[in-house]
Amino acid sequence: MIYSASFKMSTPSDREIQVTRVFDAPRDLVFEAFTKPELVKRWLLGPPGWSMPLCEIDLKVGGAYRYLWHNDSDGREMGLNGVFREIVSPKLLVATENPTWYSSESLDTTSFVEEGDVTRMTITVLYQSTEVRDAALRSGMDRGMAMSYDRLEELMSSIHAA
Amino acid sequence: MELSGYASFSPSRLDATFAALADPTRRAILARLASGEASVSELTAPFAMSQPAISKHLRVLESAGLIIREREAQRRPSRLDAKPLAEACQWLAEYRQFWESSFQQLDALLDELKTKRKKDKKRKHKKH
Repeated sequence: MIYSASFKMSTPSDREIQVTRVFDAPRDLVFEAFTKPELVKRWLLGPPGWSMPLCEIDLKVGGAYRYLWHNDSDGREMGLNGVFREIVSPKLLVATENPTWYSSESLDTTSFVEEGDVTRMTITVLYQSTEVRDAALRSGMDRGMAMSYDRLEELMSSIHAA
Repeated sequence: MELSGYASFSPSRLDATFAALADPTRRAILARLASGEASVSELTAPFAMSQPAISKHLRVLESAGLIIREREAQRRPSRLDAKPLAEACQWLAEYRQFWESSFQQLDALLDELKTKRKKDKKRKHKKH
């Protein structure tokens, strides 16, 4: 796992969260692994113990995707649905994201960039629920994922140190 | 259906936590309260800000559940409630763990796909 160190999570703006990672494979293979259901259900599984009994991807603009995860040890389930807004194979995917546990919708932009023989994948999640937007308009304050992971960690460590 | 992982956290509470933490003054107030309770005037002292401005920040922190303000005492000291902060941290840690674990499985899958592609190419060459 030489490329696991390339994993980075950050917050480029008050409404975004970004995840990036390098994979030791040509770009078209990485794109396939992100867009073919029979491949996606083999890796998009999170920590051990989860499986993906439902993985449907209608890869076209306006097409939907539906994911359902199942915890094999205790039966817990969580789902994710969305619609593709833009597809530039094998470079870019833009899709909405509606988790079953969260009332707000976000917009996910996934880019695949060739870096020599390897591929850098970057997912940017932009939070933009009506709820969040209205609250921001009323209060004049940015809501949502409004601070960086680093800043939160920094604050937590200062609190633990005290 | 019982939700799991970061699904178990209350989204509105997480929103409130992150929004409250977005401001540098409010983070500084929390860091100060980490060393013990303080009154509004004690909290105002280190900042180039009026007491009403600091009170406004305290109200945001209070409604996000990050601090608790005494009602009875004259000086109404504020103190930190670390639980929502810990929840926010936990949520981010689980989000990170989800992706890191998934990407390691993707590494293995991509290796398999690359090997398969090489074999397919060789087979094609043999046919010609």
